Amino acid sequence: MSDAADQPAEDVARKVDEGALGAFASGVDTSVDYPLQVEGLEKSFGGITAVDGATFEVESGTLTGLIGPNGAGKSTTFNLITGMLKPDAGTVTFNGEDITGEEPHQIANRGMVRTFQIARELSEMTVLENMMLAPKHQRGEALWRSVMPGLRDDVREQEEELLERVWEVLDFFDIAHIAEEYAGNLSGGQRKLLEMARALLTDPDMLLLDEPFAGVNPTLEKKLLEHVHELREQGYTFLLVEHDMDLIMNNCEHVIVLHQGSVLTEGTPDEIRSNEEVIKAYLGGNV
Amino acid sequence: MGIAETYSRGRQFAIERPFALVLAVIVVVLLGDLLRGLATGQTQFADIGTLVWDGLMRGLVIGLAGIGLSMTYSILNFANFSHGDYITAGAFSGWATTYLIAGLGRADVGALLLVGAGGSVYGGTLGIGVLSTPLAVVAGIVVSGGFAIALSLAVDRTIFKPIRNEDGITLLITSVGVAFALRYLMQFVFGSDVRGTTAQPPSISLYFVDGTVFINAHDITLLVVASGLMLGVHVLLQRTKLGKAMRAMADNKDLALITGISTERVVRATWIIGGGLTGVAGYMFILWKGTLGFNDGWLLLLLIFAAVILGGIGSIYGAIAGGLVIGLTASMSVLWIPSAFSRAAAFVVMIVILLVKPSGLFSGRATA
Amino acid sequence: MSVRADFTDRIPGGDAGLIVLVLLATYLAYVLAGSVLGYTLRGQLNSIATLTFYIGVFAMLSLALNLHWGYTGLFNIGIVGFMAVGVYVTAIVTKPTYVAGGAAQVGGLGLPLWVGILAGMLAAALLGLVVALPALRLRADYLAIVTIAMSEIVRFSFLSGEIQQFQLFGNRVGFGGGSGLILDFAPPLEALFRGLGLWNAYLGFVDAFQVVVPRNPKPVVDGLIYGLLLLGFVAVFYWLLKRTGESPFGRVLKAIREDEDVANALGKNTDRFKIKSFMLGCALMGLAGILWLVPQGAVTPNFFRPRVTFFVWIALIIGGAGSNTGSVLGGAVFAAVLYQGPRYFQNLVTAVFPNFDSPSGFGQAISPLISQFDPVPFLLYTVDSIRQLQLVVMGLVLIWLMHNRPEGMLGYRKETASVIPLSRPKSMTADGGDDDSVRTDGGVDTAAEGGETDE
Repeated sequence: MSDAADQPAEDVARKVDEGALGAFASGVDTSVDYPLQVEGLEKSFGGITAVDGATFEVESGTLTGLIGPNGAGKSTTFNLITGMLKPDAGTVTFNGEDITGEEPHQIANRGMVRTFQIARELSEMTVLENMMLAPKHQRGEALWRSVMPGLRDDVREQEEELLERVWEVLDFFDIAHIAEEYAGNLSGGQRKLLEMARALLTDPDMLLLDEPFAGVNPTLEKKLLEHVHELREQGYTFLLVEHDMDLIMNNCEHVIVLHQGSVLTEGTPDEIRSNEEVIKAYLGGNV
Repeated sequence: MGIAETYSRGRQFAIERPFALVLAVIVVVLLGDLLRGLATGQTQFADIGTLVWDGLMRGLVIGLAGIGLSMTYSILNFANFSHGDYITAGAFSGWATTYLIAGLGRADVGALLLVGAGGSVYGGTLGIGVLSTPLAVVAGIVVSGGFAIALSLAVDRTIFKPIRNEDGITLLITSVGVAFALRYLMQFVFGSDVRGTTAQPPSISLYFVDGTVFINAHDITLLVVASGLMLGVHVLLQRTKLGKAMRAMADNKDLALITGISTERVVRATWIIGGGLTGVAGYMFILWKGTLGFNDGWLLLLLIFAAVILGGIGSIYGAIAGGLVIGLTASMSVLWIPSAFSRAAAFVVMIVILLVKPSGLFSGRATA
Repeated sequence: MSVRADFTDRIPGGDAGLIVLVLLATYLAYVLAGSVLGYTLRGQLNSIATLTFYIGVFAMLSLALNLHWGYTGLFNIGIVGFMAVGVYVTAIVTKPTYVAGGAAQVGGLGLPLWVGILAGMLAAALLGLVVALPALRLRADYLAIVTIAMSEIVRFSFLSGEIQQFQLFGNRVGFGGGSGLILDFAPPLEALFRGLGLWNAYLGFVDAFQVVVPRNPKPVVDGLIYGLLLLGFVAVFYWLLKRTGESPFGRVLKAIREDEDVANALGKNTDRFKIKSFMLGCALMGLAGILWLVPQGAVTPNFFRPRVTFFVWIALIIGGAGSNTGSVLGGAVFAAVLYQGPRYFQNLVTAVFPNFDSPSGFGQAISPLISQFDPVPFLLYTVDSIRQLQLVVMGLVLIWLMHNRPEGMLGYRKETASVIPLSRPKSMTADGGDDDSVRTDGGVDTAAEGGETDE
């Protein structure tokens, strides 16, 4: 009895040691050096130019930060990359393919997933339902397969597989204890964790995180960062928008600075930290 | 050079705004067909004139009633499906008054108050009309407006105010409940029959190109009253403090609140102005068409929505313009399509607008 | 959760049990009222049959609407349009081919009823597609206006003289215009039994029923059996929609209702899901319309007025949008209490007190009350006008619900959108400890602590 009971626990322990995400990180495409390439992006709203010729690349397997003073165009750029807005000009290339102007769901299916700044949990659904929603290629998403008596068993099998993955991720993020809660009842920090956990379940190659640490307490923030670094070691690429400068400087390998809709400069945290233009931009000057 | 420039500008226009191009093509085709009909003598100018006049009248009613709907839609953020029944309620209250005054001493008071339910008394018999019984008609107009105001305020206070902050769908569904309650209560009290309300009014025949277009006294009354009220609303919005506050609120509620505008006061003003216009529109509609039934307002409602959406929710001038367009569409569409589909034509216009430019033709101009 | 959740959960048989319980209680109430007032047995049986019919019809329509609104968040107030298309297309396909001199002005294609029903459902689904393709991106209240405008356009079309009569595959067919169509083909019950080869057995049963109802039992038996058939359809709808909802497909629908952007950001093509959901719901509405109208023997366009759409909405709101069980209960309660109930009451009163003359108008009814304090004429007028007053009551009920209990009877119940229960699988251990605070230690430690599996 004790053997059988110990084994599964050891398995989980070993998996977490190794970075359990091997279990659900099937095939991170590390063959492309720069999974995300953005060139000459432009977007105007009425008379206001939000993004004005932004050009940059994100290197594979890195944690890259996107910073800039308020109004620099970070959120708009994010939305342009992920398809929620269509650019007026410019291109977005992902894993070598041009994805400019594609719909958000198409882009997400290619392996680029984003989280939202204000966590958009599906509040009338439980955490578990939120998580079960995320994985791709669910056979049961075809209506007839879910309904037809014989075919439903196939779907049931896949649901069971997905359920295991979901619980693994819940364990990884330590939110297993709130699994049955309605997402609307979660605290702010828990919602952030859910947002990230859910994004992870889509099996992405690259994650775009929109201010994931805003409003998160320091302990949780530390934990989250550990997870992010672990994931990076697995081969995931991250593009991170954040206001917390220390966080960016201490964690990102590469930093891109946006100002007034275009890239002001980019480089390592040390290079950016001492860059006069960046300091001026943040202090509100026109560079 | 001029031609080349026009061509390239035209091409630019077509590429950037394909919908406008399609619309232009449709209008051209329709006009072409119309001209052909005129040239061959199939259609007469006078027929067109009659239809245009008819559409104009209808449009005035729809526009007048639409002002209230547009205002409540934008300031209170929900589509009020009971609006049609305020029209009917205004109409019944006004006409009961008219019947009472016109028929006092000549018919049973009860029958008069029920506007001749069950055929107990006929408007024609009483000789009701704007020139024959002016006092009765004027009193009717006043009462219809007043009653509609009272009704709107009462319904708002008891039914909409407690759930003011719920989402638009909840309020919409609630308004459907109000519509049911009002309409079938009116049917219960006033009966299901459609009754003729007026005697034949005096009319003038205008000679128009190749035939006559008839314009009667009630048409003129509608024109005068509707235009007068619309002008009054315009003055109110542009010249008074309240009007400014209303425009501000329709434009940007939160911002307006910050400036210290009392929301409830504006809301009440919305219901009062909207309600008054709606009630009078109801009365005038019946005066113009000469018959009254409990469904009349409800049957107009979708057309009014069409007008409001076309003109842009929140825009008073849009409601008026939209009303005229919808009225003319419904009326003139018989020139091209079978008459059974004339209302459908107006609906199609609305659906197209919703799909292509939901903010309406006058969007970006709020309550201005 | 709340006490209410416990109450409904404690009923044996779960949801099915709850539905059966409510139905039985309703029937009991009807029968008791009838017996107390001395209603004949035939009358009672007919009332039960009619009640069951409307329960069936409104339950089916509510379930279909629940798919649109409760699951996918599509605010469809054009329900009657889809019902109309279903019925009319079925009629055209199934009516016997035109024979001059018969009662029918136009004929049909003369195909079997089941073909007609499928064609009707398909037509309703196609109309759904036509509406959905452009309109699904509209926000809820605009979609509402478009759908109700569409249903009116459908009604005008069927009313119009232009398609009253036309040629199709060499047959003279048509939609009948204002006079509508006579549905001069075998009603569903007969078609079903004949198809199963049970027609003679059925007739034998009808004869045997003369024990209970001596004179002409067939209409009574037909009514009762058809009611049962409709309940069977309700069960099928329920089964279908339960499976649809409790599946990955249903999960995506729920997500769309909540926040479509999130669903898109997770890679779901929301337009496609919305269209499928809309088309399925419309097909079901078409079927419900067919089952409602075809036994009536004739159909006219003016049946399909928006107020029927609002009936279904009231039923759904009473039961609770989002819950399939709620939809059925809502349909049942609506039919029993708000729709058929008042009419039953009216039938009872007129059957039991047949000799009273009720006043013909409100004026005649109320003046005795005012002048002589005699309430009887007014009461009689009220009973006579129950069909209008019940609509007033429906409006008031709707207002009350929106104020006090917008989630209806069971709307608070969230039916989990998955094929299997989502609790932790037995093959995985739980971490030790169950405090709610956020752990600051890593996963490694807690896993090493726990040694026992959870189950």
